[in-house]
Amino acid sequence: MIVTTEKLTKRYGDRAVVDEVSLSVRRGEVYGFLGPNGAGKTTTIRMLLGLVKPTSGTASVLGEAPGTPKALLKVGSLIEGPGFYPYLSGRDNLRVHAARRGVGRTHVEAALEQVDLVGASDEKFRRYSLGMKQRLGVAAALLGRPELLILDEPTNGLDPAGMADMRDLVRALAAQGQTVLLSSHLLGEVEEICDRVGVISQGRLVAESTVDQLRGDTVLLIRADPIEKAHVLIEGSTLHGDVLHVRETDAGALVRTLVHADVDVQEVRPLRRTLEEVFFEMTGAA
Amino acid sequence: MGSVKAELLRLWKWPATWVLIGVWLVMTLTFGYVFNYLALNGGTNTRDLSQQQLISAMQPENVGAAVVRGLPMFGGAIILVLAALAVGSGYGWGTWKTTLTAGPRRVSAMAGTLGALGIVVVLLVALTFVVNLGASITIASLEGWDWSLPGLGVFQALGASLLIAAMWTGFGVFLGVVTKGPALAVGLGLMWAIVTENLLRGVGSLLGPVESLTKVLPGGSAGNLAGAVGGSGAPGVLTDLSGTTAALFLVGYVVFFVGAATLLKVRRDLV
Ligand SMILES: Nc1ncnc2c1ncn2[C@@H]1O[C@H](COP(=O)(O)OP(=O)(O)OP(=O)(O)O)[C@@H](O)[C@H]1O
Ligand SMILES: [Mg+2]
Repeated sequence: MIVTTEKLTKRYGDRAVVDEVSLSVRRGEVYGFLGPNGAGKTTTIRMLLGLVKPTSGTASVLGEAPGTPKALLKVGSLIEGPGFYPYLSGRDNLRVHAARRGVGRTHVEAALEQVDLVGASDEKFRRYSLGMKQRLGVAAALLGRPELLILDEPTNGLDPAGMADMRDLVRALAAQGQTVLLSSHLLGEVEEICDRVGVISQGRLVAESTVDQLRGDTVLLIRADPIEKAHVLIEGSTLHGDVLHVRETDAGALVRTLVHADVDVQEVRPLRRTLEEVFFEMTGAA
Repeated sequence: MGSVKAELLRLWKWPATWVLIGVWLVMTLTFGYVFNYLALNGGTNTRDLSQQQLISAMQPENVGAAVVRGLPMFGGAIILVLAALAVGSGYGWGTWKTTLTAGPRRVSAMAGTLGALGIVVVLLVALTFVVNLGASITIASLEGWDWSLPGLGVFQALGASLLIAAMWTGFGVFLGVVTKGPALAVGLGLMWAIVTENLLRGVGSLLGPVESLTKVLPGGSAGNLAGAVGGSGAPGVLTDLSGTTAALFLVGYVVFFVGAATLLKVRRDLV
């Protein structure tokens, strides 16, 4: 287990912004921390990094207490946007950060290459576009090859191409076995790149499982003619207007049955609830 | 230590560091030498300063006094601004967040900031000394005075200068941490260094207890130490306390400011 929390809670006044959250991130996975604005994602992450002290509950990061040098040196993070000196170049900013982390200059060049910023590395951070700033933030997080990468809404403010780049980067890192904790309010993003998700809403962790489990079973949608005949032929199917729904995974067998019975099959596709539907159900935001 | 190196690297490449140091050097040259030199040569009206006093103030021998007298008020204000900006802007830029999640404990991160600021401020005092010495030697040579290099006493004046500078640095750091931003820290600091203490001194002439208090406030202590090691003829320089007393108060302020700022930095949530 890379990260575990036990009833982690943060109160501001009498409002629990993070409310007894118990989550776990496993080695090698991309964990999506999903929740709407103000759900408590950033606050939870701040507690994992020792920036904010929990009101109650405990957390352990790579077996260490959050915020201790032992934990921090093994974690690279980007929390709520990158924090760099505006008057320094991207490279100098990374050098400053590398000095703090105690890693050498070669790491700086490697990190710049990983996020594809080498060409702009001598420009002042102030002059970077939003996407470049965000990528520099990821580069800083990558310095020193941390065991765990914590990225708080890394695609925030990026255009679709920038988002796609960021996702590719995370996927590439994951392919090398990097453990990533990634927060997002974008369901598509989490669906696309995460192995497991924790859904947080109003400070509470309302679900934690794999993306598939969260969606539930696969339902097939069938469009055929005549539809009534198909309905009779396929056991357990339900008629929804002019299409059938059936909880079944072997689409090939279904089609063969229908074709043998002289039914015209026009369309067969999995009808999966999107994470979005699941999410709205759970967070009651719909 | 990585934290000092990191912090020094970013202060070194920060234009504000050099702008403030540059402004200070120009000010100290202008008020310490250029105006005095013009007054001496323009000749007719040197106000209440006798020619002898003007010459003495500009002698290379007295460069120590020239360095220290600027620091209680204007030099101090510039150092305070530098420290308050260096610490305060980290909140808005988000660089404190980056610093505190980099690895080192918070105490080390803070020590890195203090250490690097310390190095920059020592450099500022050293440059002030070098520039003033250069100016005084230039003027003495131009005027054909008999001159000699400063004696050992100059180290006392430089030591006092460093202590005064350290106090203002600590003050700036403290304000930066307390207000979590550059604007309020700089505003309050300048107000205190240049306005508040002077107003209190004004009130002090009417009210005895206030007068005793003003002597030992940060600016008052600095002014008294400057006065005790030979500084004179600049705003903020006082001669109400012994050098030792003033120095002890300054050490107390340094310890308090740095200690309180570090404690806050270590304890407080960073959001
Ligand atoms: N220092 C603070 N004092 C009081 N309330 C706070 C503080 N920090 C955060 N909050 C509140 O806690 C709640 C959760 O904030 P948090 O930043 O953790 O949400 P988030 O899930 O990261 O949201 P977003 O997607 O918008 O980034 C918000 O309602 C916020 O107003
Ligand atoms: Mg957030």
